[in-house]
Amino acid sequence: MAENNENDEILEQLVDGEYKYGFTDNFELDTLPKGLNEDVVRFISKKKEEPEFMLEWRLKAYRHWLTMEEPKWPNVKYPPIDYQDIIYYAAPKKAKKLNSLDELDPEIKKTYDRLGIPLVEQNFLAGVAVDAVLDSVSVATTYKEKLNDLGIIFCSISEAVQFHPELIKKYLGSVVPAQDNYFAALNSAVFSDGSFVYIPKGVRCPMELSTYFRINAANTGQFERTLIIADEGAYVSYLEGCTAPMRDENQLHAAVVELVALDNGEIKYSTVQNWYPGDKEGKGGIYNFVTKRGICYKNAKISWTQVETGSSITWKYPSCILRGDNSIGEFYSVAMTNNYQQADTGTKMIHLGKNTKSRIVSKGISAGFSQNSYRGLVKVSPNAENSRNYSQCDSLLMGDKCGAHTFPYFDIKNNTSTIEHEATTSKISEEIMFYCNQRGISQEDAVALIVNGYAKEVLNQLPMEFAVEAQKLLAISLEGSVG
Amino acid sequence: MAELKDKIIEKYTSTENLNNGEPVEIKHIRDKAKEYFRTFGFPNRKMEDWKFFDSKPIITNDFKLVTEKQEIEKSVLNNFLIQDLKANLIVLINGEYSKENSQIITERKNLFIGSLKEGMKTKPYILGKYFAKYADYNADGFTALNTAFAPDGAFIYIPKGNLLKDPVIILNILDSRKSKVLGQPRNIIIAEANSDVHIIEEYYSIGENDVFSNVVTEIHTDENANVQYYKIQNEEANAFHVGTTQVFQERNSIFTSITLSWGGSVTRNNLNSYMNSEGIECNFKGLYFLTGKQHVDNHTLADHANPNCNSNELYKGILADESNGVFNGKIMVRQDAQKTNAYQMNKNILLSDTASINSKPQLEIFADDVKCSHGATTGQIDKEQLFYLKARGIGEKEGKKLLIFAFANEIIEDIEVPELKEYLVNRLNEKLEKL
Repeated sequence: MAENNENDEILEQLVDGEYKYGFTDNFELDTLPKGLNEDVVRFISKKKEEPEFMLEWRLKAYRHWLTMEEPKWPNVKYPPIDYQDIIYYAAPKKAKKLNSLDELDPEIKKTYDRLGIPLVEQNFLAGVAVDAVLDSVSVATTYKEKLNDLGIIFCSISEAVQFHPELIKKYLGSVVPAQDNYFAALNSAVFSDGSFVYIPKGVRCPMELSTYFRINAANTGQFERTLIIADEGAYVSYLEGCTAPMRDENQLHAAVVELVALDNGEIKYSTVQNWYPGDKEGKGGIYNFVTKRGICYKNAKISWTQVETGSSITWKYPSCILRGDNSIGEFYSVAMTNNYQQADTGTKMIHLGKNTKSRIVSKGISAGFSQNSYRGLVKVSPNAENSRNYSQCDSLLMGDKCGAHTFPYFDIKNNTSTIEHEATTSKISEEIMFYCNQRGISQEDAVALIVNGYAKEVLNQLPMEFAVEAQKLLAISLEGSVG
Repeated sequence: MAELKDKIIEKYTSTENLNNGEPVEIKHIRDKAKEYFRTFGFPNRKMEDWKFFDSKPIITNDFKLVTEKQEIEKSVLNNFLIQDLKANLIVLINGEYSKENSQIITERKNLFIGSLKEGMKTKPYILGKYFAKYADYNADGFTALNTAFAPDGAFIYIPKGNLLKDPVIILNILDSRKSKVLGQPRNIIIAEANSDVHIIEEYYSIGENDVFSNVVTEIHTDENANVQYYKIQNEEANAFHVGTTQVFQERNSIFTSITLSWGGSVTRNNLNSYMNSEGIECNFKGLYFLTGKQHVDNHTLADHANPNCNSNELYKGILADESNGVFNGKIMVRQDAQKTNAYQMNKNILLSDTASINSKPQLEIFADDVKCSHGATTGQIDKEQLFYLKARGIGEKEGKKLLIFAFANEIIEDIEVPELKEYLVNRLNEKLEKL
């Protein structure tokens, strides 16, 4: 059985399975004092050498943010956030442009190596171009030239603002408007960096684009902004992965991701999220409050895949607006919570065009004292003839102190549409465990086996490299939850 | 125009001695509910539980509050009676008990079937114990309003071990021929250990003016008791209805509810059951068949607080014209409730472009050794089934009727009172004819 080797590997890691990415590097940061006001917004904009229209846009968002209230409806609990106690800008000081990987600051490179990001190996390993984000500023971008030849733009969003203002003007905030919600408004005002991808007409991006996010400076809220545009007939697969160092204080992460799939375009967006989840007592950990949304024009397709194992609080709903006829939205999610983690995640499928289809597969796993909620909306507008939705959300419970919740919303205004929803909640049955034990598979291994099987439908959607990582993550996160 | 809330408060503060002669503990509860209503008023759409419910036509309407006791002609009443059904009949007109029209046929020792007012006199200790014990008046303004001011209602007390062969009908008639009417019946049903009863709660309205019934029914099913509870809403198009049914179940009891909503313009049904012990079975079934601009909002909660209980829920909706249906079902499995089996299903058929449905089946689970599932579907009449019928010489119209009938009958056929079932099947066919 091929999985056996993998399981051995997992087991080895379980032995010292404390959060292994928890370390802090010291290099000088160009850091603003704590607090937020218009000057901070101006400072960020100036620092980024942004054109005038961006500053205006940021200020507008900031002013709107001031009038908004923090939403209270999700099924998560956390102490109130003091927004004046957050540093809104921190960048590695020597963020000069690099021509090759060798020029990279050895400190930074060491960090990457310890994280296991294959930056160097990439040059001979096939096909992953990494736009590494270390504390909000892109430091190295590889494979740029190769992509350039195809006319693909893959750069940090600050660069895009400077060099491709026409695209930014047209698309930034077109899917998630600056006024959309509390955290999106905050992000719009103070976002420091992020990734920008533009795939021109008819181009199929030859490799998986990927960005590793990483929070590194203490007390720095991360406000990433990602914008991906697939022009007519274009295709791109984008990977996002996260690890963060061990911290005692809670950190806020309020990112915004916008996807635009024009006619016949396709975007596949995969996430493996492994922010620091807090220790066993639930102390520390990241607040992951993210707004992710994509819009599909005619015959376009957007597919979200996420594996959420980290963060003390995860609160996000990657959504698809199926605006064009025959467009397709997909959402595959595994959300795993252990100890005192809380997750309120799901999706929104907004059917506007005719013959639009959406599919939701959500797998929740809760262990320890954690709370795991699925919250999803399927909305069918009166014009969305023959639209089709299938949702499946399953929950797996381990232990009697955790909770699994499902809050699906259906808002159907068309009589030719077909909507199906299924949800189940159960635990790993004693019989299955007994069967495994009987064949010499230990308790912990058996659980990892079963959980990976349970999540397979989603993990299969991930690109190869991620799928392996995701499986390990699930096993590590599960550690200690049995018995 | 003063809003209904202000009007109610003003009206009732000037009539202090409204519910004279009630036990002190009840008076105390009523005062507290009054205070809640004064402070919070009616719920609004910003509250999650009331998101899809438009209470505006109710709370801006000028319903007449306290009506002098009204009687109804026998000829009118006869329209609302189910033929050949031998049953205990409690008639409530605009929320007040009508002794002349009511008819109690079951005589047992200690058994009480009658009005709440009468019950306050003859069984004050029981009502003192159960009045407003389960329906939380701090939950929303409608319940608080009813708790504070409900003048009368039905009170049914089945002592230990009594199996009632004949069902009990609570026939609510809202008569707005003279003016707009607000009826506020408060029903309390207590089924003691090993008892068995069928309750039929019916709502009708007559008259040109708007009517609003704000009902609270509290049901206590003691050990091994079996309560079948059918709620049938047959009001006219000028009727508004907000009803809360709160059930409290003890060990090994069975509670089955069937809710049929096809009348009224704006209807809200809250149905909650709290399982206080083990071995309980709780069944919620419902059918809403809406035409015109009708709106029905069904909220249910199966609250599993203890191990080894089963709950089973099936709500079906047929939505035509510009109607809007809401289903919000919740299964709550608390931490102790291991070995729970809970099943929930909501199926809807949309018959027109302009009809809509908001469905929200929820699971909240805090125990691990449970089997819970829920599902929701929304669709249209199956074209293949229709084709099958056509191929056998059944026309499109007839075929559609047949399919809708089959869809709806899954709920009706579970009714255990044959006369009522027959009556409802006829009503269903009438409705289908008009489609």
